[in-house]
Amino acid sequence: MKRNLWMNLLMAVLVAGLFMTVSCAQKKVVSESTTIEDQAAAEAAAAEKAAAEAERIKQQEIEEKMAREKAAKIAAAKNRFENQNIHFEFDSAELNAMAKMLLKEKAEWLNANPMAKVTIEGHCDERGTTDYNLALGERRARAAKNYLVDLGVSAARLTMISFGEEKPLDPGMTEEAYRKNRRAQFVIK
Amino acid sequence: MKHYSMATATLVGILLLLSVTSAVAKEYDYINISDPFLKKTPIAVTRFKAFNTAEDEIREGARAEQILRDALDFTGYLEVMNANAFLSDPAETGIALGQINFRDWTGIGADLLITGGIKAEQGLYMLELRLFDTLNTKLLLGRRYHSVGKEKIRSTIHRFCSELSFELTGNYGVFGSQISFVSTVNGNKEIYIADFDGHNPRRITRHNSISLSPAWSHDGQWLAYVSYAQGKPDIFIKHLKENRGAIVNYDGMNIAPDWMPDQLKLAATLSFSGSQEIYLLTKKGEIIKRVTKSWGVNVSPRFSPDGKQIAFTSSRGGTPQIYIQNLETGEVGRVTFEGRYNTSPAWSPDGKKIAYVGIEKNRINIFVMSVDPGAGAPVQLTMDQGDNEDPTWSPDGSLIAFKSNRQGGVSRLFVMTAAGKDQRRLLHMKGQQSQPSWSAAFKTWDD
Repeated sequence: MKRNLWMNLLMAVLVAGLFMTVSCAQKKVVSESTTIEDQAAAEAAAAEKAAAEAERIKQQEIEEKMAREKAAKIAAAKNRFENQNIHFEFDSAELNAMAKMLLKEKAEWLNANPMAKVTIEGHCDERGTTDYNLALGERRARAAKNYLVDLGVSAARLTMISFGEEKPLDPGMTEEAYRKNRRAQFVIK
Repeated sequence: MKHYSMATATLVGILLLLSVTSAVAKEYDYINISDPFLKKTPIAVTRFKAFNTAEDEIREGARAEQILRDALDFTGYLEVMNANAFLSDPAETGIALGQINFRDWTGIGADLLITGGIKAEQGLYMLELRLFDTLNTKLLLGRRYHSVGKEKIRSTIHRFCSELSFELTGNYGVFGSQISFVSTVNGNKEIYIADFDGHNPRRITRHNSISLSPAWSHDGQWLAYVSYAQGKPDIFIKHLKENRGAIVNYDGMNIAPDWMPDQLKLAATLSFSGSQEIYLLTKKGEIIKRVTKSWGVNVSPRFSPDGKQIAFTSSRGGTPQIYIQNLETGEVGRVTFEGRYNTSPAWSPDGKKIAYVGIEKNRINIFVMSVDPGAGAPVQLTMDQGDNEDPTWSPDGSLIAFKSNRQGGVSRLFVMTAAGKDQRRLLHMKGQQSQPSWSAAFKTWDD
């Protein structure tokens, strides 16, 4: 019984030794350069992978940035649409060159946002009478509306309201305040 | 014989003390209120005689005297004299015709004299008032008012002033009238009504929106005004005592209402057609007919007192100017030619003049012109005192109320004589006030 155990153990050691000898000899003789090449390739692959990853991250960042920029641009365009008022001369509902330029920009925005519906508010400075300014404010809103319709915006998307001199942006009694208050203002519904 | 107790004697029960003012002698040559060079007539108002010298008689008598002085002063054609100048005291020596020494009054320059008396009657008061012509030593008006409660002293004095006006001018004056106007409340514009002298302002609307341009019907029962309560400018027609009315809400704007004299019809500017035109409407807002048909703005219609014409503002000639159109024939003519901005016509009650707003060199002022083009150039009534807008005539044509920002740039109501004299604050209340509209003298003192 004891003798059998020892025999088996010896056999195992021998076989293991044999295998080890073979493998060592092979490695040493044949594959010096291969090993080096493998290492370079692996390193290159890793580098490539890292570069790709960096590129991907960069790309993603660019995309995110673009998306952000696009969103900001959309928000800015919307903001501009709502907050860039068009202005008029005293006792006038005529559109000047600046007003027409801004209305073209607004028409572009409306065409890019076909679901948007808008109220055009007409306002006046405080000079002149309540009744007359209500009428003048309506004429200002109508002038802006008609110009947008001429630029291809559906009239059904545009409603008008006049506030006359009831809602000044600047309560001051200066020419600057009056200029600010004589306006058509655009409110997205 | 039926016995009437004091309690059943009504406030309106009055006794003519002496019938010196016969129906024949109605010449009204005392005061001509339409004279622009009118000099004020000096009038003395005496201390009220307390018949029982009771404490409350003396107190309420002093109050009645002050109300009377303020009311006479408000007219703009009477100069209420300082009591320090008086040589006698009718409260002591007697307030009736035989008891007055007229030389005491002509001597200090009083052309007219009012004496008053008060007597406590079972918790109420009897008021006795007499108006004398001192030069002719004549009683012009004598009235005794019974069963006047403390809270009715003010309106009773105004009732006497109304009769006094009629004696002196042939017209019942302003005392039975009221003024509606716009005032801000927490940033919103609401409609208010006050007595003719700005007392007792009370809020009429609670829209919490923008409410504008109140206009009285001739009978004083209805008010039309503009409100954004439904999101855009519409005309609200409201009965002041009953829960009745209508809303004129055609597409676009519905603004600038004015009532036709003696009829419950309105003129207003509607824009549903795409242009801003004046229409004639029923009190329910149904269109009777279109009045204007022109390029440009057509707003602020005001009926002539005979109801046959309207004055209005139109920009048909390039700038806002005032036009008059005959409602029957449609004939229309421009009436303002000076300046580039003339709006807000207001027809005087006698139909001869139109007050309006003109802008010259960025100054906004009130002018008055004759409807008859041969009657001279327009006269400027306000000058160098802020911006002045929204003129409205008192029912007797003696006064014009208006809006001015002359005090610290804040919009307030003022009043002046029709010649532009005696410009003073009408009303002291919070917020900013604008767009006064003076009613007819409809009050009958039965409330």
